[in-house]
Amino acid sequence: MGTAPTRPAPTRPAPTRPALIGPALSAEVRKLFSTRMWWIIALVMVAYLAFIALVFAASLAFATTSDGPDGAPLVPGGASAAATVYSLTNPIGYVFPLLMGSMLFTAEFRHKTITGSLLVEPRRSVLLAAKLVAGLVLGLVYGVVAVATVVLAAAPVLAIWGDGAFLTSSETISVLGWTVVVFAAWSAIGVAFGGFVTNQVAAIVVIVGFTQFVEPIARAVGSLVDALSSVSQFLPGAAADAVLGTSALTSFAGGGGGELLPRWAGLLVLLAYVAVFAALARWVTLRRDIA
Amino acid sequence: MTSRGIVVDGLTKRFGSVTAVDGLDFEVAAGRVTGFLGPNGSGKTTTLRMLLGLVEPTAGTATFDGTRYVDLPRPAQHVGSALEASSFHPGRTGLGHLRTLAPQVGVDDARCHEVLQLVGLSEAAGRRVLGYSMGMRQRLGLATALLGDPDVIVLDEPANGLDPQGIVWLRTLLRGFAERGRTVLVSSHVLAEVQSTVDDVVIIAGGRLVHASSLSGLEDLAERLVVVRSPTPDRVEAEAARHGWSVSTDGASTVVRGATGPQVGAALFAAGVELHQLTDRSVELEEVFLRLTASEPATGPGATMGEVA
Repeated sequence: MGTAPTRPAPTRPAPTRPALIGPALSAEVRKLFSTRMWWIIALVMVAYLAFIALVFAASLAFATTSDGPDGAPLVPGGASAAATVYSLTNPIGYVFPLLMGSMLFTAEFRHKTITGSLLVEPRRSVLLAAKLVAGLVLGLVYGVVAVATVVLAAAPVLAIWGDGAFLTSSETISVLGWTVVVFAAWSAIGVAFGGFVTNQVAAIVVIVGFTQFVEPIARAVGSLVDALSSVSQFLPGAAADAVLGTSALTSFAGGGGGELLPRWAGLLVLLAYVAVFAALARWVTLRRDIA
Repeated sequence: MTSRGIVVDGLTKRFGSVTAVDGLDFEVAAGRVTGFLGPNGSGKTTTLRMLLGLVEPTAGTATFDGTRYVDLPRPAQHVGSALEASSFHPGRTGLGHLRTLAPQVGVDDARCHEVLQLVGLSEAAGRRVLGYSMGMRQRLGLATALLGDPDVIVLDEPANGLDPQGIVWLRTLLRGFAERGRTVLVSSHVLAEVQSTVDDVVIIAGGRLVHASSLSGLEDLAERLVVVRSPTPDRVEAEAARHGWSVSTDGASTVVRGATGPQVGAALFAAGVELHQLTDRSVELEEVFLRLTASEPATGPGATMGEVA
């Protein structure tokens, strides 16, 4: 307590407004990594992905190849089997960057730190932009962790008991690389969604409910009903699979996940989700009074 | 830049049909500590949030040196504020909290440590806010406000949860800022809490200004009351009547209203009245505050709007 290192008041030059989001972005990155949540969720993701990848790799490695009624193999093999396992990151892992991304906003509203955030930067668009970019950074980190997890869990199984790990095949490298990109997109969608649905519990319920129940069911229905398949390929999970170019859902039983868009279109669809939720966050949530 | 204080001009906020703040006009002078007072629900917090750009006013403006908060470049270097003692992420450390704000305030880690030391939280810097007491949270809030070394400091109920030593310490700190020419605005719903800290008072009730003056201006509103014991109470009453002071009897004492202790003492001494006791017992300021904020703003002869500073 006590003797105060505050300088005499009227000597400082007038501060200038930062032109870019640099300071805001650095603040967001500090917010993200100064609580335990980011690594707790990463840890759960690693455990979950490792388990599923192991089971999935083993089931492909030990499967007896048999042909379906139309002559196509029911279970993929070779390089495409490996790519399918590695692409598990998307349908199994995408809920994690989505959840963590949403918390960039919902944690601020839950703990009322949004007040302090807007006191140091009253320009609300800057806050939103900084969070979206921080979300991309977060997604890249999660993406690298997820890729490393499925490779470390599945590659030995595929190499020893399966047709091979195919780690250097172009299909594998493409899937792993695009996984990191897709994770960044998921995280940004999470940020924007959290900015719209700021109630943390509601955001978590909607994200888990949509990703684990609504979308898988909708895609399954879409694959059965032709009229709906053109709609279901625009669902975010389907768009992400389109970016990866393969899907754990589509690889079984002759394409159970329905048709996929081309890669560029899948990317555009993911970006459209970011844009729509970010617009809602800016013009609904962030236009309101902070009280 | 030297602070010229805060100017609030016609500030109004309506939530649907409810008018929370109704045409507030007041000024907060630099170099003084101003108490922003009113009962709970009187519109203090809404006013402060409008001041700081968190709530959009329905009408009117609040400016710092002529500039709205949201238009200040790097506002935290000009205006430091702490609004709620609870607005920290519980999982973040005290230092971690300051570091999340530092890039936008425009300061480095050294300054974070400096303000933590200033508020007496150096040893708790690495502990999560989860384990902080209310008083420690108040101190962390204050550290947040001081981070940018601002010319204007706005604090909402900063004395809540502080122990008596903490209140004395806060008073010394705020007085020190005012003496260096800075502007300090401190809200409270208890006048006694800030009475010995503030130079000026701005009192609101029901979203409207009911009084704004120096603290001594508020003291002038306190009813003067002198209790006198004398073996000849009738002579006391006669003297009081001659000076136009009203008297009443309270047991063995005579209560004289409308004069100070020295006035009554001098008058009775001049008249040669024997006195056994003379006690100056002005009505507490808190009572004045309660009277001002009791109901609708006074509009009769007792109204104090004319004393707006």
